[in-house]
Amino acid sequence: MDFSTRRKGAKKEVVTNNTSQKLQFYKIPPTETVSLHEFEEFALERLKVLKAIETAGEKFVKTSSEYEAYVREQLRNTKFSKLLKSEKNDENDSELRSLDNVSHFILRLAYCKSEEARRWFRQQELDLFRFRFSLMSESLKKKFLVENNLHYESISDEEKSKIQEQLAAVSNKGTGVVESLEYFKVHFTDVLDLVQKRKVYLHKGHAYVAYDDMISLLIGVYREHLSQALAITARAIPHLEEDERLLPMLSGLSKRYLGSDYDVKKSTVGQVTADMIDMLSKKSFPLCMSHLHSSMRQNHHLRHGGRQQYGLFLKGIGLSLDEAMKFWRSEFTKLIDVDKFDKQYSYNIRHNYGKEGKRADYTPYSCMKIIMSNAPGPGDSHGCPFKHTDVDLLRQKLKNMTIGDVYLDKIISEVKAGRYNVACTRYFESVHKLPLEYQAQTFSHPNQYFEESQRTLNGENKPVGIGTPQRSQKTMTTTSTENKSQNKTKSCIEEFDTMDDDFDINEVIETSA
Amino acid sequence: MPEKTSSYDPESLPDLLPIYYKKLFPYGPYFRWLNYGGVEKNCFSHREFSFTLKDDIYIRYQSFSNEKDLTEEIQKRCPYKIDIGAIFSHRPKEHKTVKASSFVALKKELVFDIDMTDYDDVRSCCSGADICSKCWPLMQIAIKIIDRALRDDFGFEHLLWVYSGRRGVHCWVCDETARKLSQPGRTAIAEYLSVVKGGESQTRKVMLDDRPHPSITSAIDIVRKRFTDYAVKKQDFLGDDDKIKDVLQLIPEENVNVSKGVNHLLKSPFCIHPKTGRVCVPIDPDNVDSFDAFKVPTISEIVDELNHVEPTSEDGKRIKDYKRTSMKGYMEIFDKFLTNLEKTWKGKLIEQSGKLTYD
Repeated sequence: MDFSTRRKGAKKEVVTNNTSQKLQFYKIPPTETVSLHEFEEFALERLKVLKAIETAGEKFVKTSSEYEAYVREQLRNTKFSKLLKSEKNDENDSELRSLDNVSHFILRLAYCKSEEARRWFRQQELDLFRFRFSLMSESLKKKFLVENNLHYESISDEEKSKIQEQLAAVSNKGTGVVESLEYFKVHFTDVLDLVQKRKVYLHKGHAYVAYDDMISLLIGVYREHLSQALAITARAIPHLEEDERLLPMLSGLSKRYLGSDYDVKKSTVGQVTADMIDMLSKKSFPLCMSHLHSSMRQNHHLRHGGRQQYGLFLKGIGLSLDEAMKFWRSEFTKLIDVDKFDKQYSYNIRHNYGKEGKRADYTPYSCMKIIMSNAPGPGDSHGCPFKHTDVDLLRQKLKNMTIGDVYLDKIISEVKAGRYNVACTRYFESVHKLPLEYQAQTFSHPNQYFEESQRTLNGENKPVGIGTPQRSQKTMTTTSTENKSQNKTKSCIEEFDTMDDDFDINEVIETSA
Repeated sequence: MPEKTSSYDPESLPDLLPIYYKKLFPYGPYFRWLNYGGVEKNCFSHREFSFTLKDDIYIRYQSFSNEKDLTEEIQKRCPYKIDIGAIFSHRPKEHKTVKASSFVALKKELVFDIDMTDYDDVRSCCSGADICSKCWPLMQIAIKIIDRALRDDFGFEHLLWVYSGRRGVHCWVCDETARKLSQPGRTAIAEYLSVVKGGESQTRKVMLDDRPHPSITSAIDIVRKRFTDYAVKKQDFLGDDDKIKDVLQLIPEENVNVSKGVNHLLKSPFCIHPKTGRVCVPIDPDNVDSFDAFKVPTISEIVDELNHVEPTSEDGKRIKDYKRTSMKGYMEIFDKFLTNLEKTWKGKLIEQSGKLTYD
């Protein structure tokens, strides 16, 4: 099939940033001279913008006015304050454009190294782009499409009438409505997110996109461009003959907002042994991991996605390779013989610890990775319980875990708004008997949850602000240990400890028998 | 196990493999496929193969310069299993000589791996690795649904369907667009094709709107055609129309993991399944209904056939050994696939040679 003619004049496309608009796809790297000081300053300013976008997305629905207000407020004190202003050729314009362009390319260098970093950067840049585009006037939007060679011919009424029913079924609108809409015919690879959600009619490789969905096309094109550019940059960096000024700065930048990637620090290795996991899973594991744990105990097996997500998490909390081997083997061999285990699974475990294959030292999955990629299918137990569980079932499960109503309602409403990490953070507060919304920072990594939990349980994170006893009391009314646990968090932990010890001993006897 | 593997004995595999690789493995057509007409240079020599040798010794990053090199190495190693990986930026066997970050997977066919164990929810006859003539129709329905969607919806034309030798089927989508797909592109297609969503924590496995997507409507049509036959006669479902939703679970839940990554390996066609001894033969998607997994020849059968058939044809011309065995029919399916595929690069080669003359 030939798609070479799909974009009008795409082959002759002159790559240029020199459009009449501020918004652009960042195709040409800046050539101006930038001082070392500016280099860092520009990058930090853009990071503030991206961070604002990320936080806004966690707090509010992306199309809401609160979202817009929040981003505007956050941008006010940055060099990007005029970024969202309507198009006017004031004198700051060229300065702002240069800042926009330069800072984007610097961050591209800083965030190209790991998959995790690329994913974060790409996501925020895409959200920023989507937001900026949504603020543009209709005429400017059209102009933008034309200037970026994304001007597709709309399909004829005749063609439309032939596929009217299919278009209507996809858009969930009446055929009458479809008739009045403008549709474009594009290659399916240009609108992958619509394809993925099955929100577009496909025929012979063409996607029929309604005008309202064109932003999706833009995002798709931008995403592809950015992914490719980041991959190329990542490949080029090792060849960059750079003096020692920029590289350290770049790697410092990339650590800035991603937080730790929870690779295994020497100090934590061996802190956790196989027989501690049962206890820890009850006290300090986020819901996704305690779910994986109990699913494994129940089935004596986990499928690949689960083994990866759980195995790397365990590695991150300090389970050594030997202990990991012991842990997985003792459980799996309840179902299969040791020989089969060694053949089928031990490679995978050693691989995760960088002992096989390309010997990369793999890092645990972040929440973004768990939520965004590889949704669980039938028989799978991995994924994010807040995202990948039906709301009613989730509510029921949490109720059974004696999560108080106040927390529960909050968790469910966050889940419904698609803010799964926030829901997880509220869950944390409930489990750790902390006041609602006590945690200022939203969790972005299961290992962060674990560390925070350990800190809290060890008393390093005392809830100083427990000034609202009514509220915390209320949330515990369903707890069986209500009376004891109300007074002190500490006592409840101790109680858990003894319970778990008993359980552990049984478990150990069972497995070694 | 209900599957009859006739005379095949897994113990004999080490003795049979050298003969198979010496006389029967179709190197010529195999190379013609993976070389893609040589339109893009390096597309064969930068391709990763991996071998599983005796005692589960697994070696990755094998690569070969040409058909001869490939043939010699396979015959020397006699792998129990061959996997095909991606086309990389450098020759995979030299990957240690380049920086890890610059050694990257560039292209690969879009692949699907449908496994019968994914249907344990809906089959009542066997489970796990077993298959029988009662549940095989599920696989046929799966092939039809995916084949239709890939062709009609996505416009792909060059689909190679391969029996995995026991309980599964693989699909290699070989169109240039498919080979060049990015990881998000692969994910999008995989998600588009999976109707059955959700792991054990999600109650409803099939989500259907009142007005399903046209692609689902087509799938339902395919299921409906086969439903009466399958559900009533073979799996003892109630034959009542309300149950059609349950049967929609038949819509393939392919192993999306394999489909998503560019850098994933998948078992090569024409391997021998070590447990059943069956050859991983191509399946003709136009005649799925007549494909019988239990009739696929085993390595012992075809090696045996070799000994009993004259090595020359009637006119005295020497013919390829595999054409003298029951692999013949399956090779015709592969040839048909290749002939169509070759049309795509013939034009390109002319275009390229034209350029040379004008320059």
